[in-house]
Amino acid sequence: MFGYLVQRLLQIIPTLIVVSMLIFGLQQLLPGDPALIMAGEERDPKVLAEIREQYKLDQPIPVQYVYWMKGVLSGNLGESMRLKSSVGSLVREKLPVTLQLAAMALLIAILIGIPAGIVSAVKKETGWDYAANLFALWGLSTPNFWLGILLIFLFSVTLGWLPASGYVLLSEDWKASLATTIMPAFVLGNALAAVLMRHTRSAMLQAMSADYVRTARAKGLEERRVVLKHALRNAMTPVITLLALDFGALLSGAVLTEQVFTIPGFGKLIIDSVFNRDYAVVQGVVLVTATVYILLNLMADIAYVLVNPRLRG
Amino acid sequence: MTVTTSLPLAAEAASEENPWARAWRRLRRRKGAMVALVVVVLFVAMAVFAPWIAPYDPTATSWSLVRKPPTWAHWFGTDEVGRDVLARIIYGARASLSAGLVSVSIAVGVGVPLGLLAGYAGGWIDSILSRIVDAMLAIPFLILAITLSAFLGPSLTNAMIAIGVTSTPVFIRLTRGQTMAAKVEDYVEAARAVGNPHWRIALRHVLPNIVPPLLVQMSLAIAGAIIAEAALSFLGLGQQPPAPSWGSMLNTAQRFISQAPWMAFWPGFAIFCAVLSFNLLGDGLRDALDPRHK
Repeated sequence: MFGYLVQRLLQIIPTLIVVSMLIFGLQQLLPGDPALIMAGEERDPKVLAEIREQYKLDQPIPVQYVYWMKGVLSGNLGESMRLKSSVGSLVREKLPVTLQLAAMALLIAILIGIPAGIVSAVKKETGWDYAANLFALWGLSTPNFWLGILLIFLFSVTLGWLPASGYVLLSEDWKASLATTIMPAFVLGNALAAVLMRHTRSAMLQAMSADYVRTARAKGLEERRVVLKHALRNAMTPVITLLALDFGALLSGAVLTEQVFTIPGFGKLIIDSVFNRDYAVVQGVVLVTATVYILLNLMADIAYVLVNPRLRG
Repeated sequence: MTVTTSLPLAAEAASEENPWARAWRRLRRRKGAMVALVVVVLFVAMAVFAPWIAPYDPTATSWSLVRKPPTWAHWFGTDEVGRDVLARIIYGARASLSAGLVSVSIAVGVGVPLGLLAGYAGGWIDSILSRIVDAMLAIPFLILAITLSAFLGPSLTNAMIAIGVTSTPVFIRLTRGQTMAAKVEDYVEAARAVGNPHWRIALRHVLPNIVPPLLVQMSLAIAGAIIAEAALSFLGLGQQPPAPSWGSMLNTAQRFISQAPWMAFWPGFAIFCAVLSFNLLGDGLRDALDPRHK
């Protein structure tokens, strides 16, 4: 186990280095003088000189990378040209908003996706299975920004039940906070529920045909117990690890959803920075996202080994 | 279409029934996949023949027709500057489908050769390529696509390049895995034993045998690319106005949702139908091409 842990940890180091190189390399795609572009509206030669100095733009690219990396490793992700604050503090400010949204979406996805997956596997090739599969196809094919707009039309414009946009902090007023986040969370959760339903269905189908399920049935256990105790427990292991992989999809979705519902989270930070040509923020945010994703996958892998006695060795 | 072009390659390996004919026979039995195929063909026809099908010029504005609800003259209504929504949906298919086609071509064109190389050569080439793939896959799909198109500058072409580059690692990983599995098969051993050069083994013996999973992935990748193009255009990073794209139509529609909901319904519905069809087709192909499936 310990050896596996060390091996897995060593594996992510080169990946993280390549990620940082890719993100740093993005800068080279910018047409023209990077200092001019990074300065945005600013044309003050003093500011330009500062940027050149800060990013070592007069040095060769590998040297620039080393300086940038040094900053990143000491916790300095760069400075926002527009907001005049550090990327680190921006991330700390916006991340909780998106995490709240993601947690609610995850809850919705689990509440819909897992029961739907179980039902469709247990009642294979019946109307239930058919309906659950249709739901999954709907979830996978609906552009979430469209679903968001439709929900705004229904619940905000027509019925007037929920606010169409904006965000209230959970700590300020939890009722208002839930009202502002329930629609976007549903939009995000809807797509994830579809993926989760498919994972659960195939894991359950596999578990239901396993020997231990046949044994449980042969013992005369009632079907409910067989499905929920014996099959489901074993089927959930791969599903939970796959959830970690879906985290990326959740973040991608959050970019669009936060844009539709004007929620000041991580996704909106990326888009606003893109449009304000605040490239340092874009780079910093993408780097944080990728690192979190890699660490989550690592944790999922370790969890998988921990709960699976056959792999513990 | 792709199925028929691959026919001559695989025909050599045919024993009793040609595997492609068998796959086609199986695919035809799947109602969902066949409906999807018809819808895909309709969308392609709509994009190709847009000038002949569209009832109006998609960019012609009219101040007397601003935000009119659907009527017999304008089936899908008109938008905020009096343009016909149906005409814009029909022309919008061009942006969406070409984004799907171009970006997946980039992903296949770059990803498959690199995957073959990594899987066949192994060693340090494989290690380096695999780390790059891991790194790219660590950045969520849409975030990478947004970032790339932001740094390249907003335009439909750049959006297609960004989506293509973002879709590439999946093809590298898939081709690599399939190649590594095929490499140890007896027919590859046999080809090596009779003295075929490596490039010939990779292209003539390994590649044709890994086409089925690639076809499935291509169909799913087109669905992903269409949604990604719509997302980028929705954010303002794809197709630029006044040229029509389903995503940018939704962007404008959001501002008029209380006065003109039809502006938001149809573009989203078009994206949904196109994406659903490619997803269904991919699912159908997976079942039809899987030899374990009887």
